[in-house]
Amino acid sequence: MDGIHDMGGMHGFGKVEPEANEPVFHAPWEGRCLALNRAMGALGAWNIDQGRAGIEELPPDVYLTRSYYGKWALRLESLLIKFGFAGAGEIAAGHALGAGKAGTRKFGVTDAAASLNRGLYARPAAAPPRFKVGQRVRTKNIHPVTHTRLPRYARGRVGVVEAVRGCHVFPDSSAIGAGDNPQWLYTVAFDGRELWGENTDPTLQVSIEAFEPYLEELPSPPKE
Amino acid sequence: MTRERDHDKHGERHEHGSELSEMQLRVRAIETVLTEKGYIDPAALDAMIEAYETKIGPHIGARIVAKAWAEEAFKRELLADATQAVRAFGVVNPVGDHLIAVENTRKRHNMIVCTLCSCYPWEVLGLPPVWYKSAPYRSRAVNDPRGVLADFGVTLPADTEIRVWDSTAETRFLVVPMRPSGSEGLSAEQLAALVTRDSMIGTGLPRNPKEAA
Repeated sequence: MDGIHDMGGMHGFGKVEPEANEPVFHAPWEGRCLALNRAMGALGAWNIDQGRAGIEELPPDVYLTRSYYGKWALRLESLLIKFGFAGAGEIAAGHALGAGKAGTRKFGVTDAAASLNRGLYARPAAAPPRFKVGQRVRTKNIHPVTHTRLPRYARGRVGVVEAVRGCHVFPDSSAIGAGDNPQWLYTVAFDGRELWGENTDPTLQVSIEAFEPYLEELPSPPKE
Repeated sequence: MTRERDHDKHGERHEHGSELSEMQLRVRAIETVLTEKGYIDPAALDAMIEAYETKIGPHIGARIVAKAWAEEAFKRELLADATQAVRAFGVVNPVGDHLIAVENTRKRHNMIVCTLCSCYPWEVLGLPPVWYKSAPYRSRAVNDPRGVLADFGVTLPADTEIRVWDSTAETRFLVVPMRPSGSEGLSAEQLAALVTRDSMIGTGLPRNPKEAA
């Protein structure tokens, strides 16, 4: 989705302003909001890619003006409704108006510690990797209307495969409920000038983590 | 500066006043609904929040970096397979499948960003700071990293290569900063005290031992 979330290379957002002695949460509701989101994720209410898509689908003005956890709260409301865990009327009323979704267990204290562990996304591969380390590749010029992890600034660009990171759940499929569809994952590095033009700092290199369907082969450079 | 801009101190609005109470009320409403529907025990939320506030933070990453500074063999293990090296270290939960440690040198400075959202190695650095998740950082890290470093008061030699890693998958990155001069002979604990969070993201440098003393 070519949304406002895809910010790499945009101009006009101003300086980075680090906050001295920043607290983990700026208000108690932020911690509650994080924990509620993580708990529903741990219950399998939706997967991580559906969760990210839920943030990306917020209207651009909302995305830019809400705080980070404010966006998480709005995403939580919309996904609870979308996946049938609560009704809009219940969220508006602040109370349950009916029973919970059948088959949903309760997220309890004993689940809390395990929920801090990151999920595992490596999957067995159906075929060997198509690209090898050192190979030049071009990213595809794709513009799916649904979730993708190929940022706009790195589409249609030539880079070099620097590492093969294993075979992983493919977010573009997982986000639309189309299953894990495991794909090889590569670190692909680009010269800054390939991304941003010839006046770019020649010392800049940028890499992305690119799933195999994002990449296409390039002919080998001619021998001089 | 416009009022909007004043409000926008960290690249996104923090809720104040009526907005703060709006979010308090909305999140409380969600929690009540989910509790009444039997999906969650609020005490489980308390436990998670406590863990993020008191147990999981950049002190974990700092211990890993300090050990890498002190022990060459551990540094080699960390750079070869950080997931495994950190697991053997025994201080943190497994970082999913893929933690990748990258080493800063005089020739190359590494910086980590997630332009699409907020991917960050929570298990070794805790929750990300607001600036890491902000539009200014996410937009500029990939095309103006030296400008971003200047915002942090950091200037690097003009011929040092800047390598920006955009965390676009479930791999996570930890920067191993350069060990500061004058840190010879320090204990593991003293070394860890030099390792700042920002130095492990690549937007800062470790503390100078003289200043830290």
